[in-house]
Formats: sequence, C-alpha cells, structure tokens
Amino acid sequence: MIWGSLEAFLAMGGYGVYVWGSMGACFVMVFVELIMVRRRHNRILRRLTQELSANQGRE
Amino acid sequence: MSGSVIHWFRFSSPATFYPLAGRLIPIFWTLAALFGAAGLWIGFFVAPTDATQGEGYRIIFVHVPVSWMSMFIYLVMATWAGIGLVFNTRLSSMMAQSLAPTGALMAFLSLWTGAFWGKPMWGTWWVWDARLTSELILLFLYLGFMALQASIDDPRRADKASAILALVGVVNVPIIYFSVIWWNTLHQGASVSLTKAPSMAQTMLWGMLLMSLCYWMYSIAMALTRLRAIILEREAHTEWVTRLPELAEVRR
Amino acid sequence: MISVMAASLHRDLLLVMRRKSEVFTALFFFVIVASLFPLGIGPDPGLLRKIAPGVIWVSALLATLLGLQRILASDYADGTLEQMALSPASLSAMVAGKILAHWLVCGLPLVVLAPVIGLQFDLGASAIGLLVLTLLLGTPTLSMIGAVGASLTLGARGGGALLSLLVLPLYIPVLIFGAGAVNAHLAGLGAEGHLSLLAALFIFAAVFAPWVAAVSIRISLE
Repeated sequence: MIWGSLEAFLAMGGYGVYVWGSMGACFVMVFVELIMVRRRHNRILRRLTQELSANQGRE
Repeated sequence: MSGSVIHWFRFSSPATFYPLAGRLIPIFWTLAALFGAAGLWIGFFVAPTDATQGEGYRIIFVHVPVSWMSMFIYLVMATWAGIGLVFNTRLSSMMAQSLAPTGALMAFLSLWTGAFWGKPMWGTWWVWDARLTSELILLFLYLGFMALQASIDDPRRADKASAILALVGVVNVPIIYFSVIWWNTLHQGASVSLTKAPSMAQTMLWGMLLMSLCYWMYSIAMALTRLRAIILEREAHTEWVTRLPELAEVRR
Repeated sequence: MISVMAASLHRDLLLVMRRKSEVFTALFFFVIVASLFPLGIGPDPGLLRKIAPGVIWVSALLATLLGLQRILASDYADGTLEQMALSPASLSAMVAGKILAHWLVCGLPLVVLAPVIGLQFDLGASAIGLLVLTLLLGTPTLSMIGAVGASLTLGARGGGALLSLLVLPLYIPVLIFGAGAVNAHLAGLGAEGHLSLLAALFIFAAVFAPWVAAVSIRISLE
C-alpha cells in the first residue's frame, strides 16, 4: 500500500482535483452513456408494443 | 462434418445477430469490469509516484486509453461502414452507426482528461499541441458523421453517404495529424507536448495496458447494446421482430 | 473526357453569368470577414501584419464555403443532375467541370482581391506575392474538397451548417500549409516545404475528388 491514509489518497499529492476530475468524468460518462442507450432500447420496445397492441386491437 | 462448420454469414443478418449480441454483451461487460479493476488497482495502488509529475501523472491511466480508443473506434467504424457500402450489408452499416457515439465520447474524454492533465503541468486548460488539436478535429469528424446520418431520411442512403464520409475521414486523419504536427513544431517547438509521457516504470505500462483493454471491452459492450436498439428501430416492421420474446406479453 | 468537362464548365459559367450577383456576394463576404478582424482586435499595424496570412486565409476559406452548395443544389432540385448521372458520359468529368466553374467564380476572384486585403493589413510586397501563390494553389483544393461535401449532403436536411461541419475539418491541412507558408516567409524561414505540401494536396484532390463526388452523387440520387 503506497498511501499513508485516505486523506493522502484523495489529495493525490496536491493534484487531487485534476486526477479525480478526470477519473470522475470518465466514470460519469460511462453511466451516462449506459443510461442513454438503455433508454433508447426501452423507447423502441415501448413503441413496438404499442404498435403491436394497436394492430391486434384492429384484428 | 458439416455439423462442426460455423456458418459465420448466418450472423450477418440483423435477425440472427440480435440474439447473439444479447448473449455477448454480458461477457464484454464482465471483461471490462475485470480489466478495469486490475488496471485501477495497479494504477492507484501499485504504480509509484513519478519523479517529475508527482501524483498528477496518474491521469494517463484514463487519458491514454480513451485517446487510443477514440482513434481505434474511428478506424473500426470506417471499416464497417466501408464493408456496408461495398457489400451492401445492412448490419455492417448499423455497426458503424452504433460505434460513432461511443467513439465521439472517447474523443471528448480524451480532450477533457488532456485538459485536466495540462492545467497542473503546463498552467493552462488548453494546449495547442499536436495530439490534443488532432483529437479535437477527430471529435469534429465523429460529429460530422453522426450529423450526416441524422440528416438523411432514407436509412440506406444515409448509410452509404456517411460511409463515404467516414472513408474520406480515415484518409484525411493522417494528413490532418501530420499537418498539425508540422504547424505545432514551427510555432512552438517541442517544449510543450503531452506526447512526452513520463519515463515509464513497468507498472505504469501495465496499468495503461489493462485500462486500455478495459475501455476496449467497454466500447464493444456499449456498441453492441446500442446496435440492438438500432436493429429494432430499423427492422421494426419485420416478422422476426414481432416474434421477439420481449414483446410476448402483448401477443397473448 | 475533356470535352465533357469543357461542356459542363461552359454550361455552369453560362448559368452563373445570368445571376452575376452571386459572384459578387462571395467576394464581398471575403472582404467583410477580413475587415471584421481588425475591428475586433484593434488597429495596431504590427499585430495586424502578424495575423494577416491567417485571417486572409480563413476569410477565403469561409467565402469558398458559402458558394459550395450552388455547385450541385440547383441541378439536383430540377432533375438535371439525375440526367447527368444517367448519361453515358463520365459523371466525374462533368463534376470536374462544375468544380472548375465554381473555382473560377468563387476562388479566382479571391486570389485577385487578396493583394488589396493584404495592403489593408500592411503586408510587404513579397509576402503578398507569396500569399497570392498559396491562394492560387489552395483555393482549387478547397473547391474540390467542398464538392465532395456538397455531393454528400444533397437532399439532406441541415443545409449549409451541416456542409460546413463536414468540410471544415478537411480544410484544416490546406489552411495550415497555406497560411503557414506566408508565416514562415515572414519569420525568415523558407516557404518551399509548405508550398510543396500545398501542391501535393492539390494533386491528391484533383485525382480523387471528382471521382468521390461522382460516387456520392449517385448515392444521393438513389
């Protein structure tokens, strides 16, 4: 373990803002992208179910 | 022994690839998580402090992987788009379409992490060095690809037009990169450069490699997930879509 | 093939002559944009001399961008382009003729007017001469690259803004070498390297652009 304490880990030798700003952006964007793609998938599934039930109602 | 022959072309239709992708996606997420955990462990708990840059250099553990991925994805995207153009296969073009947003995101993260690395090291948020400037132009190329696709209504025409754009882009990326290096060395000399990485300890290299593999697996997982949504959107009125298990409740 | 190109060139020039105002629009745009920079930055002659090559080049780039859609849009709208694509004559040659017409109308006037703008920015005579040479080499390349972009965006929504987004990244090498040549000359270094690269881009575009544009036109016509 090269870090003396949690504080040292978070501080990153004074570069904390930059290191965690970068890592944070990358993690956040992973989740953002995942959520957006999931929503896109659900949207098309919802649209398909609507169309299918509308067609069935017509039969 | 025809039973042991894998008919790869069987998976080149959207109908057969959709379920296959669904099974592959969890595998890639798992790989991404494993590589990521290993890479972050090495990057933050094993790799030593750098002599010149202190702890700030640890940004390279994300900056370099996303930069590599942004360029790699563009190449893969252009390849799939080209295949779709030449062989007239819908699925190849859909694959290119699903890769573009992920690639654009990688380019954006490369710029963001590059800025966050440049600020403590060189004092400014933005540095007009060859790598960052080329990355910015690459982001524009991605956005142009996505914009062109979005602006043409007929999907097959959009596929082909954006394929040409992607191929023109691929040819131009080396030209642009070279011209930016030329421009950079004439105006600034080599004093300011993010390409001058700190002299790498073995562990640093391992961390970078593992994180690159992590982002590679992540990109594949994300592109396949988006591809499934795209397949559904574009194949909405086909027989096999109406028979999807996800829509089973409606059919009853 | 040359006769096809000449015929296409002749036709486009004839069409433009009937609407001469379009020629001057691009020209005025060039002058106005170049004049905006001193207004935005300040009239210090030393500073203006330094930024002149870049400013004039960027203004030329934007002025070229303005006229790009005109190469193909009206022919696309009234069905002439489709007839061209269906004819047995080479579509690439016809596109080459159109590109040349565009350059004669949009690019060449910029080259002719550049010395005047150069004087506005207090550039020396040798620098102005070099600037004219780079524009002479570079503006045809801009027309050629722009034609590829115009052919890809035929019938697409988004119009001029989309075309700019597609084409400007591809323009960047031309800009770097063109303005860079004059900057290098002003700094006392030679401009030969820049000029050769500019010439290389020109040749590369001349060989591939009409063909790629023709392929893109066929795709857009599907």
